[in-house]
Amino acid sequence: MKPLLQVIDVTKTFDAGGTPVRALDGVSFSVSAGECLAVVGESGSGKSTIANIVLGIYQPTSGALLFQDKELPDVRPLALKQAIQLVQQNPLSSLNPRRSVGASIRLALDVHAIGDRAGRKARVGELLEEVGLPADYASRSPAALSGGQRQRVAIARALACQSELLVLDEPTSALDVLVQARVLKLLADIRQARRLTYIFITHDLAVVRNIADRVAVFEKGRLVEIAPTADLFANPSHPYTRRLISAVPVTSRREAELRDRLQEPLDADL
Amino acid sequence: MTAPTLAIDDLRLGFRGWAGTVEVLHGISLHIAKGERVALVGESGSGKSVTARLVLGLVQELRGARFSGRMAFEGRDLGALSRREREALRGDRISMIFQDPTSSLNPVYTIDTLFHEVLRRGAPGIGAAEAREKAIAALADVAITDPERVLRSYAFQLSGGMNQRVLIAMALANNPALLLADEPGTALDVTVQAQTLALMQSLVARHGTSMLFISHNLGVVREFADRVYVIYKGRIVEQGPTEGLFEAPLHPYTRALMAAVPRITGEGIPEIDEEQTGFYDPLVAHPGYSEAELRP
Repeated sequence: MKPLLQVIDVTKTFDAGGTPVRALDGVSFSVSAGECLAVVGESGSGKSTIANIVLGIYQPTSGALLFQDKELPDVRPLALKQAIQLVQQNPLSSLNPRRSVGASIRLALDVHAIGDRAGRKARVGELLEEVGLPADYASRSPAALSGGQRQRVAIARALACQSELLVLDEPTSALDVLVQARVLKLLADIRQARRLTYIFITHDLAVVRNIADRVAVFEKGRLVEIAPTADLFANPSHPYTRRLISAVPVTSRREAELRDRLQEPLDADL
Repeated sequence: MTAPTLAIDDLRLGFRGWAGTVEVLHGISLHIAKGERVALVGESGSGKSVTARLVLGLVQELRGARFSGRMAFEGRDLGALSRREREALRGDRISMIFQDPTSSLNPVYTIDTLFHEVLRRGAPGIGAAEAREKAIAALADVAITDPERVLRSYAFQLSGGMNQRVLIAMALANNPALLLADEPGTALDVTVQAQTLALMQSLVARHGTSMLFISHNLGVVREFADRVYVIYKGRIVEQGPTEGLFEAPLHPYTRALMAAVPRITGEGIPEIDEEQTGFYDPLVAHPGYSEAELRP
């Protein structure tokens, strides 16, 4: 598979009141076209920093990013911004409350000059239908929608840009379990239908197990392990990965057995 | 047979607003026996948090709240208590842990001052030195290795996991008979959450504290509770022992929840019907676990 995005030895240092804090430390990985790469870690692991660097919100202190084999410039032209889009965790704060959801999606079409003026209105309806909402929801305000519906709108807005890479930052963490399952299914279907590439950032390993092709585990700014999903869960090689998996609260006996099996070698070390 | 620590019967709650009354609880009954860890699990808006707030008496004072039903704490009818008697229970015999540990602690006082205030609820005349000693012991109990530093700190100077442990220590400081925990640990990282829950589990077991554990996280409930009530839109839909309820859910709503929860064994993302048939079916109790069977 051809890599769509390559992250090469990226370091990001923040200045926290005079003392430099290294949020990312020599991180390298690549994302193939059409792949779903999960980025997991706890708070302070650097997973949000990597998202912001991929999106061009932060500049890496050192290192480089290649997108389709070309280096991403510090100031990105509109076409590159269009190619990489973001879906945030909380749609209530990522959607403008004063604007109808149709207008929010429309704005993305306007900014990137996608289609002609007449076609855009119809496009908004199509996008809403693609994420499983009726087209006439375009006139509603975000406040009139449920949490799951709002997140669908945020996804529709990202899709409006016809991007190639979606950065999904905890897209289902604020949702109830039934709604989460439906949104995850939607994201999986859209990826297949549109041949999209995902960077899926989350702390929820159970979600990762079921949606990602590969998993990158971050701890304190370092990429400690990257592996295909099934391998990572069957045989985590880094102790931190093992600790993460064995801390997941599980809901069935089968899962508890898997987790306990991972715990044993850890206890043996002590 | 002693009275259960908490018994709730046919609790109904509505809020009167300009668009009429919104019914929040449609007659729920539950109980917690002494030393038992009981979970109330449901999605957002199901009425689980408001139930805990009703037990504490925090909802009754709200304007527009309309409620009926009976709540008894150790056999005493909570509705018959005066406001003063009720307030005396809070923070002493009944305590509560809220979801976000950092915002639960007053940022303008040090942990030391806050702890003294908590201990005064149990022993009104307690002096600063004695309170300090007790606080240090309580913090050591929740595996805080440098209690003196924590006591000198403000909540915003401590990590979320540390604040959560401080709250657990405070909640158990007066040796309450009942601990209400609303989504404890939800705001924490998984490894910290796992440690915190294990700690809380061993502490309540040692103190013999009865516990109402409110959560939307099915995995956490499975690990923590002895017995589970599933609540959906203000109605208890299923009740039973934890293991039985997770391995063989009976109610259509519980079954849908169990099917929807992602699993680390990688069963894939399930198809969830938009059609929610049977979610309003009547309460199902596992054999031997109905209110009538469990309560004398």
